[in-house]
Amino acid sequence: MKPPAFDYEAPRSLDEALALLAERGADGKVLAGGQSLVPLLNFRLARPEVLIDVNGLQELSYLRREEGALRIGALTRHASLEHSRLAATYWPLLTEAMRWVAHPQIRNRGTVGGSCAHADPAAELPVVMTALDARFRVRSTRGERVLGAAEMFVGQLEPGIEPDELLVEIEVPPVAPGTGAAFVEFARRHGDFALGGVAALVTTDAEGICRRAAIALLGAGPTPLRPAEAEAALTGGPLDPSTAAEAARLAVRDATPTGDLHGSAEYRCDLIETLTRRALLAAGERAGGGDAR
Amino acid sequence: MPTKVATRRGTGASIGRSERRKEDQPLLRGQAGFVDDLHDPDALHAAILRSPVGHARLVRVDAGPARELDGVVDVITAADLPEGGPKIPMRMFRREGMERFLQRPLATEKVRYSGEPVAVVVAESRYLAEDAAELVAVDYEPLPTALDVAAALAADAPLLHEEAGTNLVAEYDLGRGDVEEALAGAEEVVEVTFHCGRHAAVPMEPRGLYAFLEEGTDRLVLHGAAKIVHVNRRILAAMLGWPEDRIRFVEPSVGGGFGARGEFYPEDFLIPFCALRLGRAVAWTEDREEHLRSTNHSRDQLDRIRIGLDADGRFLALDAELTIDTGAYVRTHGGVVPGMSGGLLPGPYVWPAFRAKVRQVATNKTPAGTYRAPGRYETTLARERAVDVAARRIGVDPVELRRRNLIPAERMPYDNGSLTDGHPVVYDSGDYPLLLEQSLELFGEEEMRRWREEPAPDGRRRGLGLAFFVEKSGIAEWEYARIEIGGDGRPVVYSGSASVGQGVETVLAQVAAETLGLPYESITVRHGDTDEVPDGMGAFGSRATSLGGAAVAEAASALRGRLLALAGEELGLDPDELDLGPGGVVAFEGGVEGVSYARLRELAGGPLAEETTFRTDAMSFPYGVHCCAVEVDGGTGEVRIERYAVAYDVGRAVNPQLIEGQIRGGLAQGVGGALFEELAYDENGTLVSGSFMDYLIPTATEVPAVRVRVTEEAPTQRTPLGAKGAGEGGTTAAGAAVAAAVSDAVGVEVTETPIRPEWVVRAARGDAA
Amino acid sequence: MSGTRKVSVEINGVPVEAEVEPRMLLSDFIRHEAGLTGTHVGCEHGVCGACTVQLEGRPVRSCLLFAVQVDGRSVRTVEDLAPSDTEMHPLQQAFHECHALQCGFCTPGFLMSIEPELAGADQLTDAEIREMVGGNLCRCTGYQGIVEAVRLAARRVNEKGHA
Repeated sequence: MKPPAFDYEAPRSLDEALALLAERGADGKVLAGGQSLVPLLNFRLARPEVLIDVNGLQELSYLRREEGALRIGALTRHASLEHSRLAATYWPLLTEAMRWVAHPQIRNRGTVGGSCAHADPAAELPVVMTALDARFRVRSTRGERVLGAAEMFVGQLEPGIEPDELLVEIEVPPVAPGTGAAFVEFARRHGDFALGGVAALVTTDAEGICRRAAIALLGAGPTPLRPAEAEAALTGGPLDPSTAAEAARLAVRDATPTGDLHGSAEYRCDLIETLTRRALLAAGERAGGGDAR
Repeated sequence: MPTKVATRRGTGASIGRSERRKEDQPLLRGQAGFVDDLHDPDALHAAILRSPVGHARLVRVDAGPARELDGVVDVITAADLPEGGPKIPMRMFRREGMERFLQRPLATEKVRYSGEPVAVVVAESRYLAEDAAELVAVDYEPLPTALDVAAALAADAPLLHEEAGTNLVAEYDLGRGDVEEALAGAEEVVEVTFHCGRHAAVPMEPRGLYAFLEEGTDRLVLHGAAKIVHVNRRILAAMLGWPEDRIRFVEPSVGGGFGARGEFYPEDFLIPFCALRLGRAVAWTEDREEHLRSTNHSRDQLDRIRIGLDADGRFLALDAELTIDTGAYVRTHGGVVPGMSGGLLPGPYVWPAFRAKVRQVATNKTPAGTYRAPGRYETTLARERAVDVAARRIGVDPVELRRRNLIPAERMPYDNGSLTDGHPVVYDSGDYPLLLEQSLELFGEEEMRRWREEPAPDGRRRGLGLAFFVEKSGIAEWEYARIEIGGDGRPVVYSGSASVGQGVETVLAQVAAETLGLPYESITVRHGDTDEVPDGMGAFGSRATSLGGAAVAEAASALRGRLLALAGEELGLDPDELDLGPGGVVAFEGGVEGVSYARLRELAGGPLAEETTFRTDAMSFPYGVHCCAVEVDGGTGEVRIERYAVAYDVGRAVNPQLIEGQIRGGLAQGVGGALFEELAYDENGTLVSGSFMDYLIPTATEVPAVRVRVTEEAPTQRTPLGAKGAGEGGTTAAGAAVAAAVSDAVGVEVTETPIRPEWVVRAARGDAA
Repeated sequence: MSGTRKVSVEINGVPVEAEVEPRMLLSDFIRHEAGLTGTHVGCEHGVCGACTVQLEGRPVRSCLLFAVQVDGRSVRTVEDLAPSDTEMHPLQQAFHECHALQCGFCTPGFLMSIEPELAGADQLTDAEIREMVGGNLCRCTGYQGIVEAVRLAARRVNEKGHA
């Protein structure tokens, strides 16, 4: 299990990286944390001609709050986000989800941008970023674009990034006061890719009426899924076991998970429905009272 | 019956103490030498091209393009082997007809499983060897596959080995008494069909070999031997047509065995063959992907069990059909797994009538061999499931039903009516009813019965399960040991046993210390190098302590007797008044000058050494109970083990801490097989669970803490130490106990392992079969 | 394609230089270029954790890094844990006492994963310890000895720290 041969480039600046991508991006792969890419190379399931290692771009490693939004440099390690006080205070959904990302050694190396650009619908970060309406800033020598989650996660392992583009930043908008959030997933072993999962945010008013709900499903199809119908059904009414169950039922109507050794498509749909109900109720319990959670 | 060996509780008292392991320091410091740590920088590296499909005719194998690649030294296909390569023989449990299913080192006309070696590439690095392997052009003409025993036994089944004319490798009947009559007279007859899924040992260190010609001689040296070093040297010598003494096998540090490692595999011929052909050192280290496709699989057994009971819940008859999926070839184990399946099927109960039909069937999957508690894991599962089903059918508590049917202590030794490899299975000793009560106490039966009735959070369901098993240890035959005391007074034990990581050096040193009457710390144990140890059987089937230890005890006892006699003569004292000390033989009473080991050596006119070959004609039978409590989430299918207890009687515990470690580790593997691990195939015969992403070895978050009680109520009379082997009992009943607890929780009988989350969800919802 | 490049990695405080292909895994570099074979390779796809080393003090899988990526950086392996030939690191000592290893193949990966986490680990629950070591597979011990060893080592290290 040794990787095939490749050329290796380690740009020292963003400009240098973008120039390399413009020249060779079509035949190459960006190497960030490598925690998903290197296993594919070792199994010889990926054969890029060139790896463009962006780990030298220290300017892409940061977490800061600006005008209420969280700006995450694409090269920020999972562990930094996991242990970020900023995230824990204002975006606890991120903190909660990070603990489900593989294992500590992987999180020490894996990057937030890398996980998003890998666009694996069974991974946690694309799902929570979808639930949080994050925006993805991509750069190339041609300029800069900002993608919404739906534009970023186009298909299975297919990000909406052109071969000459580099994801440089993820921007997470502020969460409204009175919002509660929860992330739940189920995997056969802790740390494995989940069989299903859900990120949910629920904003309630002083009367306990749901003013806004955001739901993103993990493992429910080729991309993270936002079940608009379920979100709409919750809005304007109370969040209780029966409305949560109804929303969960609606949420999986458009789910198209792929079955495998670990669970059939039918089981995965049922699982995601169960987890959605639980996540909504957990989020609901954390919501209200002007608490930012 | 072997002679009794007196053991002392003086200076050397060591048996029964949890001595710290002699093996640990280099392992903890990263200084141990595993096989991949040993090769020279200029060694060549081999990679093996393996079949991607389960069954195909080999139309063309063209190594030409691969040979052209820079850095490639050689590419070997079956055409390069003498007569296509010799078949790898069975080393045990042979039956007539099984030889038709043996494997050659490289595929010749057909490939019969995904992972079968087709060519070997030797290059300057493993990276280059893998590059070249991709360039070997092979045309496979697909053939229909038979991927389970039903498909393989069907009338129109594709034949794996056409010349055999069948996929049925072996078939035989076991039993005693009239089962039909007993069942006809039974108040209740229950039937259970259970499939124990295919899983495997999967030690953390993959296999590896390093072969070279010894400088200045014509000898071949092979590093990476394990478990049965001398046996495998004999096999290689025969396959090469060489005298054994021209081959030296060396066992390095070994990263786990569990039955799979150390058997003679195709690579064990191919790598030495390449080294000889090229006159260069050749190293091969298996990667995880090839490990999962080529190292022995195990389990994969379909068992149909019928139990007949009378109105009082007494067992009248056990009727079974055991069908073992052995994969594409019969490997070195021959018929061990079927043999052990049938032999221990009756378990701890009295069966007035017993019958089993045993079948071993070839399929287009990786060949299967032994894995910790081979045959017993599977049939304990099937039998204990059937007992639970019977208990529910007649409305008796499952524990009570077992209590009524256990073999009473006074009936020991007890012939269970079955055979292994043609030998009667006679349990040597045991108090099964006592251990059942001890296990319930350890588990906290009353507390857990209350816990089961309490409402669980989030609508979870709770269940309890118990399984009783009889293990076996030390497959009959023999073991070698030699002990020598040097002039410095430090004994060195040379054992024919082997280390697979279980702590054999520590245990054998304890046995030697106890028997000699010298401190444990002073003793060194050597094993695994055919130049140091003339012969041995090795370490398998929980034999290292029971038989390896017995040989050491006998050698130590003989040496002690000889030294005391020599010294007694010199001092004019009765040997009973003398003892071994650090510097020489000393008298118990003060005032008498001792005799140094150096002087004793002079008196002896040679080394102070004794060797023995310990022989026994029968196995011994440890026994145990597993108790399990689970909480299951009907929404996700998650199964959480909330409490687990294992009580195990090993006759005599040489090192209690190591035995507990064996039990805990064995249990983790058993739980893996019950809930997580599965070697699954697609319709082309390609392994689906071919990586650690899909082959789910349990981590610390899945394996429970375990309450362990090791008892010594029933020492065996069949070895001088009384110790029965302890390597497997942590695994044996794990599947059965977990399956029982999950069945209890969801109210549906588990009939298949691994128990998948999906099954749990359906069962909890009420729509599982 | 590729060719080789000169790489210099500081391993356990000693610079190791070699001319390697970009595709050479760090695990292979450590084992076969630096000759430090205490770091083991169990799966080469980032699951088993046997190859865990510390990169700038943080545990990482060396099978998921290329040697070229750590050119000029510092790596620590199991060989650097013990303070001397006669004394072991408290974590190693605890593994020894708690029978936290059998075959020992996975052990270096566990040690290198746990060691940076010991400070403050005396307050962890069993479940938290199990999660901490959840990224390392062991096939021999059933993990209980490992959990006990972490607890023992954490207690000793933190007592020492406060003394």
